[in-house]
Amino acid sequence: MMSADFTSNFWNLYVIVLIVFGVGLCLFVLMTNNKRHTGPVEVQPHVWDETLAEYNNPLPRWWLYLFWATVIFSIVYLAIYPGLGNFQGFLNWSSVGQYEQEMAKAKQKYDTIYAKFRGQGIEALARNAEARAMGGRLFATYCAQCHGADAKGAPGFPNLTDNDWLWGGEPDTIVQTITNGRIGVMTPFDGVLSPTEVTDVANYVRSLSNLPNSAEAAQRGAMVFAANCVVCHGPDGRGQPLLGAPNLTDNIWLVSSSQAQIEKNVREGRNNRMPGFGDFLGEDKVRLLAAYVWGLSNK
Amino acid sequence: MANAQKNSHEAIERNVALMIVLTLLTVSVGGLVEIVPLFFQHSLTKPVVHTKDAQGKPVEVEIKPYDALRLAGRDIYIREGCYNCHSQMVRPFRAETERYGHFSVAAESIYDHPFQWGSKRTGPDLARVGGRYSDSWHRDHLINPRSVVPDSNMPAFPWLDRPVDASMIKEKMQTLRIVGVPYTDAEIAAAPSALTGKSEMDALVAYLQGLGTALSNFK
Ligand code: HEC
Ligand code: HEC
Ligand code: HEC
Repeated sequence: MMSADFTSNFWNLYVIVLIVFGVGLCLFVLMTNNKRHTGPVEVQPHVWDETLAEYNNPLPRWWLYLFWATVIFSIVYLAIYPGLGNFQGFLNWSSVGQYEQEMAKAKQKYDTIYAKFRGQGIEALARNAEARAMGGRLFATYCAQCHGADAKGAPGFPNLTDNDWLWGGEPDTIVQTITNGRIGVMTPFDGVLSPTEVTDVANYVRSLSNLPNSAEAAQRGAMVFAANCVVCHGPDGRGQPLLGAPNLTDNIWLVSSSQAQIEKNVREGRNNRMPGFGDFLGEDKVRLLAAYVWGLSNK
Repeated sequence: MANAQKNSHEAIERNVALMIVLTLLTVSVGGLVEIVPLFFQHSLTKPVVHTKDAQGKPVEVEIKPYDALRLAGRDIYIREGCYNCHSQMVRPFRAETERYGHFSVAAESIYDHPFQWGSKRTGPDLARVGGRYSDSWHRDHLINPRSVVPDSNMPAFPWLDRPVDASMIKEKMQTLRIVGVPYTDAEIAAAPSALTGKSEMDALVAYLQGLGTALSNFK
């Protein structure tokens, strides 16, 4: 990585000339003011208000030495760090280089730890206390803000501890979910269904989980459901992992089981997104996470 | 007065014009060396970021100007003071990139006037938030953060459902064109219609979903 990628060499020279001139000027000023003061204190040749005169003392020595120190510092700095135009400095330092070094060092340190777990199946990892502990820490860093520190979910974010899955709970499916992410889409029915039909179908959905509902409305809703919802949620409402369509009969809810929330889901549809972590975290971490998540439901 | 000897700094101290000129020269050296050359560096002036693809092959990603809706969303972001709590700058440290993704590079904010880097992080950095959540998550979160993040102390912004102001969007884009954002005449002409029927919420969410996606590690 170059320290500077100027559009023309002029700017390289421009920076060098200004810096060298600036440092040189400082040196000149310091050298011409370096003489020690001897004899009586001088008085400046101007006087105000009849008697108000000004001493012309030289700089205190310690202060002068500080100026010298800054000049020496700048010369050393410009020699080892980038600053003098395109000159990279003898340390060849760059912020990206420092970052890459930091990453390489961490990789070296952690690779040996991850290496132990390669080639082990997800189930085996879930039974390995060390792997589980690492998975738990990774979960706290990358997943807790959505799924909660206890993995029990939050409104709109599924509970990962209840062995109830949108997309399926097989170890490989969980690896897929974490690697590529998931987008759960339910089309909105506002305008497709009348407000009464929405109320009816919501009553029917609540009846599937034995929640209080109006039997009459639920009966009408069953027909609405058969005509509009079975493609995704299945004829018996038990869901379809291939589409991420949830089981509506288990009284487990993404947001809430309230009549109002179910009606809202139907009217507005749903568009839920689990980001894909494959590129970001890499396979080693994803597999530890998958083992941790799988282990939460398969103790 | 007349009998004291002359000093070398006497000339500067007694000549106001010379004093002003020399002072200006001195204070401008820093700017001349540190700021002016920045306008003549490829990495800071070209809308291109250099990165590596999944196989480690170097690739160039072009940074695109904000479309009309995102531009309007950006203004709402600024109006609501989101920058008071959110930075948009992932620094090149492992501790940051492990959490947020690729560090920020200068070219990514080339069309930001002014940029939103900031340094105040009451909430998380947003430089790479694009694509991390669904649109509906953002809506729910902005209307009432507690509805999706129970412990959140981010304020609610429930008034964003009103229509977005499209009256000045053309002028805004024309002004940005003067400072170097390459909007075409056609894009500017189409801008008001891109905003019709949109709420401030739509604009703000569109802006958030575009943030940092050029170098995002998320799919
Ligand atoms: C930005 C929020 C967010 C983050 C961060 C996040 N998830 Fe998710 N996750 C979701 C959402 C939303 C869903 C539901 C997707 C859907 O509706 O289809 C989900 C679904 C899942 C599922 C599928 C659940 C099922 O029932 O099939 C698993 C497994 C999962 N996440 C694991 C993780 C792990 C492990 C992490 C950390 C690496 C993580 N998630 C980080 C939002 C997130
Ligand atoms: C295109 C497929 C599709 C159709 C059609 C569909 N759904 Fe859904 N539905 C989904 C998906 C996917 C989800 C999960 C969304 C998420 O992850 O947030 C869902 C979620 C729901 C939920 C929320 C479940 C919970 O756990 O909180 C309810 C209630 C629901 N659907 C009811 C219905 C009803 C009633 C209909 C018919 C009017 C219907 N759905 C039609 C795909 C569909
Ligand atoms: C008083 C400080 C404050 C202000 C002002 C504020 N936020 Fe936040 N924001 C937070 C905090 C704290 C969080 C973390 C908790 C949460 O997710 O709600 C957060 C989280 C977020 C997140 C989720 C980021 C992530 O990666 O999880 C987004 C997006 C966001 N804010 C957008 C905004 C927008 C847009 C505005 C302006 C309309 C705004 N915030 C104003 C404090 C603030």
